[in-house]
Amino acid sequence: MRSGAGKSTRRELLTAVGMMGGTFALYQAMTTMGHAAETQFTGPPNLNGARPGASVIVLGAGLAGMLAAFELRKAGYRVQILEYQARAGGRNWSLYGGDTYTELGGATQKVGFVPGNYLNPGPWRIPHHHRTLLHYCKQFGVKLEPFIQFNHNAFVHHADAFGGKPVHFREAAADFEGSVAELLGKAIDQKALDQELKAEDREMLLEALRGWGMLDENMKYASNLRSAEHRGYDRPPGGGVNGAPIPSNIFDFHDVLASQVWKNMAFFMNHEMQTTMFQPVGGMGMIGKAFAKQVEPLIVHNAKVTKIFQDRSGVKVTYTNTSTGLVSEAGADFCVCTIPLGVLNQIDKNLSPKLQAAIQAVPYSNSVKIGLEMRRRFWEEDDSIYGGHSFTSQDISLISYPNNHLFEDGPAVLLGAFASGLGGYRLAGMTPEERIETALAQGSVFHPASYRKEFMTGASVAWNRVPWTLGCCARWNEDTRQEHYQTLVAIDDRVVLAGEHASYVGCWMEGALLSSIDAITRLHKRALEA
Amino acid sequence: MMRSMLFISLGVLLALAVGAGPASSRGAPPAGPAQERGDSAGGSTLLKPPETGEQVYRQVCQACHMADGKGGTGAASIPALAGNPRLASAAYPIMLVVRGRGAMPGLTDILGPAQIASVATFVRTHFGNSYTAPVTVDQVKPFLTAKR
Repeated sequence: MRSGAGKSTRRELLTAVGMMGGTFALYQAMTTMGHAAETQFTGPPNLNGARPGASVIVLGAGLAGMLAAFELRKAGYRVQILEYQARAGGRNWSLYGGDTYTELGGATQKVGFVPGNYLNPGPWRIPHHHRTLLHYCKQFGVKLEPFIQFNHNAFVHHADAFGGKPVHFREAAADFEGSVAELLGKAIDQKALDQELKAEDREMLLEALRGWGMLDENMKYASNLRSAEHRGYDRPPGGGVNGAPIPSNIFDFHDVLASQVWKNMAFFMNHEMQTTMFQPVGGMGMIGKAFAKQVEPLIVHNAKVTKIFQDRSGVKVTYTNTSTGLVSEAGADFCVCTIPLGVLNQIDKNLSPKLQAAIQAVPYSNSVKIGLEMRRRFWEEDDSIYGGHSFTSQDISLISYPNNHLFEDGPAVLLGAFASGLGGYRLAGMTPEERIETALAQGSVFHPASYRKEFMTGASVAWNRVPWTLGCCARWNEDTRQEHYQTLVAIDDRVVLAGEHASYVGCWMEGALLSSIDAITRLHKRALEA
Repeated sequence: MMRSMLFISLGVLLALAVGAGPASSRGAPPAGPAQERGDSAGGSTLLKPPETGEQVYRQVCQACHMADGKGGTGAASIPALAGNPRLASAAYPIMLVVRGRGAMPGLTDILGPAQIASVATFVRTHFGNSYTAPVTVDQVKPFLTAKR
């Protein structure tokens, strides 16, 4: 890179930004007395002194329910958990070879992955600021590894751009930034921003645009070694006789715009999507397993809750054993209910009319994930793609590459779809076989020579058809938040709701845990005051 | 959270809903309340929207109500549309598609009035239902302004 009087290099700029970030971080630390401001987590709840004999029944053995049980038992409560499934963990879940999964409608898949390979149907990545989840992962011994969120070398495919051919994210993003920088520079030169910016700031912005956009000395974004530093080379730098690099050609700006790469770029800017991200070693389901290890003796499995009734004396929950059909009743002083709202809505219960209305008001999102096991890591071996996502405008939305066991031989599982909206409904409505076929057809756009050839076996989960949620996550909007959220989280005499649906970190495990801690902290206070 | 992504995805869906032909994401942010989403794929899709009643059923409704319209039961139930006497009233399927109920979301972000009318007609004349009077866009319109 060039350097010299009046011209900052990219590195110098980044150093400056880093220093500013450092100062800001220090400021944050000072003003929040040691608590990171990226999260509302201030440590485990540290409840104690439950009244002797006091009891709580927890409905649902997902993360929210199991955390509630763990902390309430520690506080001295007698705790029992009722869980619909034979498995604890809820939406925290991994499917492994040998597992069988039957969706609503009866389609059954026997997962055929080789040992060690898995599909995470639900959560699959953990932001570094989800401190509650990270805290309990450490406490319960869940080993974490990096989740490779951002990969410049993965692809962007849009049916309306580049003749329908995928391009590298790096190239499209570089050209978007470079062209925007050049255009903004022109606007300054043509005095279009003289009203908005002082002369000194115009100069600084021009310098920034030149550095950030990889513009040449004439403020042009062009095919040259400067832009090649961002977007890559036709012949990369080498050694010896042919060591000199040859730059690549920038794309037509129309295609760059039509590819909508800015959406992918904006996606990575999102707070929840910023690096560093993590995943558990061995599959996301390891978290649910670790939580379950703490509370398994408290769990009654295969319990389908049919009635929740509270009165002055306590809470009675009626449930049916899904294997034997036997109907039982369980009682406790209080209840933490983590049942997803769409399911809870259908259960007979005498909660307050306002709470019933809140439960009824929140619909659930859709989502489909598909795992495709491939004979070899052709994305690594042939394309130098190590983790990250290739985005497409087709139903599948993306394919995502495994973050673990890099460079190894043998089969690996790609995420072949993460579909929502119309694409999610379309895939969910298919048979499991049709979903795999569609995922192969659409994903082949990225790796046409290998995708079908190396395919071994696949598995899919359509959240609309998951028997114990009837959907993916609670889907709030501004209006429903305003009208129902405070009612939904308020203690209703002896019952309190918890889960991702009772948080503003919706559809994340962190939301489930933060909700759970808040609910049991208030419930404990209520119990001591009773 | 996810607000920027949200507009992106809903922009696409809105374009579908107003019948702009193949989805384009040049649409403005949606007119309704901004909806939150959690983890998502992070891009934009460009999908040919379903048009006929049968296409809408196969590509949207079938995800939950199943290919045979019989729904399903687990911890709770997805209602059957097959042989469902409530479909005698055209307002019933229109209201549910527009506003949703329980876990079912209102689907006006992906279906326009013509598609809603078509799919209402479809479910009322299939799966053992024989309410043959076609549902019209004019019957759908009054429902579009009301909230759940």
